[in-house]
Amino acid sequence: MRAGSLIKVLLVSLVFAALATAVAIFIPWLPDQSSKEAERIDFVFWFVTAICIAIFAVVAAISVYSLFKFRARPDDDSDGPPIHGHTGIEIAWTAIPLVLVIAMIIVSSVALAQNDRVPDNALRVEVWGQQFAWTFLYPPSGKVPGEDEMACVERDAGRIVDGCKASPNLRLPVDRSTRLYLSSRDVIHSFWVPEFRQKQDAVPGITTEITITPTETGSYRLICTELCGLGHALMRTRAIVTSAADFERWVSSRTTPGGMS
Amino acid sequence: MTAVQDHTEEHDVHAPPPRRRTGLWRLLAPGWLRAIWMTALFGALGVGLVVGIRASAGWRPIIDWEPIITAAFLTAAPIGFLAGIGAFDYWLRWAFGFPTQPEDHSGHGAKRWTDYFRINTDHKVIGVQYVVTTVFFFLAGGMLAMLVRAELARPESDFVDSQTYNELFTAHAALMIFLFVIPAFAGLANYVLPIMIGAPDMAFPRLNALSYWLLPIAGTMMLTSFFFPGFGAGWTNYAPLSVDQPFGNVFFSMAVQWAGASSIMTALNFLVTIITMRAPGMTFWRMPLLVWANFTTSLLVVIATPFIAGSQFFVMFDRVMHTNFFDVVNGGYPLGYQHIFWFYSHPAVYIMMLPGFGIASEVISSMSRKPIFGYRLMALSLVAILILGFSVWAHHMFVAGMAPWLRIPMMITTLLIAVPTGIKVFSWLATTWEGRINFATPMLWALGFVSMFVIGGLSGIFLGAVPIDIATSDTYFVVAHIHYVLLGGSLFTIFAGFYYWFPKMTGRMYNETLGKVHFWMTFLAFNATFFPMHIIGVQGQPRRVYTYEDQFSEWNIFISISSFVLGASFIVFIYNMIVSWARGPRAPANPWRANTLEWQVSSPPPTFNFDEIPQVVGNPYEYGVPGAKHAILNGDREAATETATEEVRR
Repeated sequence: MRAGSLIKVLLVSLVFAALATAVAIFIPWLPDQSSKEAERIDFVFWFVTAICIAIFAVVAAISVYSLFKFRARPDDDSDGPPIHGHTGIEIAWTAIPLVLVIAMIIVSSVALAQNDRVPDNALRVEVWGQQFAWTFLYPPSGKVPGEDEMACVERDAGRIVDGCKASPNLRLPVDRSTRLYLSSRDVIHSFWVPEFRQKQDAVPGITTEITITPTETGSYRLICTELCGLGHALMRTRAIVTSAADFERWVSSRTTPGGMS
Repeated sequence: MTAVQDHTEEHDVHAPPPRRRTGLWRLLAPGWLRAIWMTALFGALGVGLVVGIRASAGWRPIIDWEPIITAAFLTAAPIGFLAGIGAFDYWLRWAFGFPTQPEDHSGHGAKRWTDYFRINTDHKVIGVQYVVTTVFFFLAGGMLAMLVRAELARPESDFVDSQTYNELFTAHAALMIFLFVIPAFAGLANYVLPIMIGAPDMAFPRLNALSYWLLPIAGTMMLTSFFFPGFGAGWTNYAPLSVDQPFGNVFFSMAVQWAGASSIMTALNFLVTIITMRAPGMTFWRMPLLVWANFTTSLLVVIATPFIAGSQFFVMFDRVMHTNFFDVVNGGYPLGYQHIFWFYSHPAVYIMMLPGFGIASEVISSMSRKPIFGYRLMALSLVAILILGFSVWAHHMFVAGMAPWLRIPMMITTLLIAVPTGIKVFSWLATTWEGRINFATPMLWALGFVSMFVIGGLSGIFLGAVPIDIATSDTYFVVAHIHYVLLGGSLFTIFAGFYYWFPKMTGRMYNETLGKVHFWMTFLAFNATFFPMHIIGVQGQPRRVYTYEDQFSEWNIFISISSFVLGASFIVFIYNMIVSWARGPRAPANPWRANTLEWQVSSPPPTFNFDEIPQVVGNPYEYGVPGAKHAILNGDREAATETATEEVRR
């Protein structure tokens, strides 16, 4: 590669990098960031975006440059120079992506590990999906849902255990971690609040878990993202984040239902 | 190789065609008449079998339509059809000890258009049959996508009901994957691969014919599922939802068996053909990259496809035979379905992409007039993708509730695939560098593929990084990603292949202006349709919903309108293909001045491809290398030996 074309390609790459960065910045990509987990996920998102913009810019610049530069004249029947390869370049474009990939793996793994932590003071809530509604169950203190056992619902009977409080929308206190224990009464559903980023399938027969630490009070869309049948698009409710005091007041005002609708 | 050669030479003198049967005897001759009555007969036998078993076992009701349709119409009747059309004649005669008909090659080549509608053992005829059939299903699948976008144009539900909507996008994906992308690549390779390696045909021509005829059966099943009513659990057909679906779901389960059997047979055929039937001198390191690509793809197919067959059998057994594979109350395990399903369906992504890599390599090298950059690394990266491809299936399940630790190794292998894939992209670009690029339609599609595949690959990195996947899984971001990979990737390379080999297959040139109009229309409309899906996906529009929040309505109406333009662009393609095939100017043998063997024979090639098996003497991409030759054909041998010795002397 001649030095002249190298500089031209670099300049074109910078143009493409600027364009891609503009697309990344000026389009409102991510929804509001309302949880600690969202902050970490968004960090990974922008980290990967930066790497991808760099790769995209180089690739786009080389393609566009060669398209204009190496277009054959209409009556040109000649062949190009017989270049069969270049070991140095081939090693470079194997090694550089490898390094970038390892960097992304490390950053992702760290964020994932942090988002999976359960602090000791975490609030514990059971989430049950069924066609086509969510039920959120708040166990009394002392009862902890575990890997196999849900604290609030007897799997076989489908009955809600005494002392548990049920709600059709998710209420969470702000600035405190909540561990959600999810399961389903029929088919697979998936729990998602875009502002929290965290998503987890609710699978019949097993208990799945995620942590959410809301950082902003407010009311958010809570939607099912796993196709679950005819009413899948309508399986929506709200996640309502309030101050700790309001949350305690709300919990104590809930009555304890005897069965699950 | 001598055996093959002798065999070929015989064909100049054809044995007399079999005597034509007349009157009622025609009912016994292989063909459509026999297919009709044998389909009906086998269907009736299937009904009788199910009813008989139920009656003798005392099961009530005796007439239960689910098992009857499954056994009679989805299993027995298609076997009757295949037997009637003549797919098993030779084998059955042999198996029952009847004298087999001597091979007179009357089943080879196509002299009339009706020859395309019967059992034909010529790989070129089968290739055309494949391509035309898959284009038909592509149009059907595309129409379904248009209906999906019509529903999504407005936020509220106003065009179809929820069940129909689920059926539309499910059948769209199923048709595009199983009846278009996979078999379209198989069809193109069927046509060109044996010629590329210097073989007179595929290794098993009768098996080849059978694997084609399984396809219309699978496609018909998927299309008729709408009437029973359809299957609407997504093409992924996740259990336990699929087990509670309307009966049309069994049509999908069975259609996948027929299409999968077809894939496996073709893949075996390719493997044996590539391993045993290469012309003398065609070493592995001299094979064109399309052959390498189909070699690796075929390995993926034979190893992975049985897994989707298993997963669909389990779903069907749960429904029809009341087994408990996925019934939690009775100890079933829904996540098991996903593991088995993705153990096929992730490699399937590479089954749908590696042949496209092969096509892109052929087109980009010959149209840039340069050797492919880093040929060996290109071939080895296909092998790396083949191996890594089997170790990443659970990246579709990061939020599915599998063991959390499993996400880390799956993320590592997933992101590692970016390395061999990156090598391919960079090598294609390096191939165009300093070339003499001819921007004919196939090259536009190939370069369009490279650029779109880069975007699809980069969004794949987002999805491979677990934390981002947790946020974007099951949203329109995923829809955007798969369409950049499968439409911008697979479909673009299929079109590159269609245009590139159209002169070879039909003996006529397509219209270059219309080809370019088609490309630019598709390219622009494709980006307008699918790029915004990244945005609404990240912002929170889930996939597979018929109604959505008003905040997404502006992008969605834009996407729908773009998608209609995208749909309309294929009218240009169909028009170009039909008119050019009928009335296009005659194609020369080698319009692209390419080196690979299929261009060294006439367009279309003679019935047995070569008058004499060629002698391969060099690499297939030696553009610009003075005096280089890929192969020597037809008596040029002495002349070539002289040139070679002369060069040595110099």
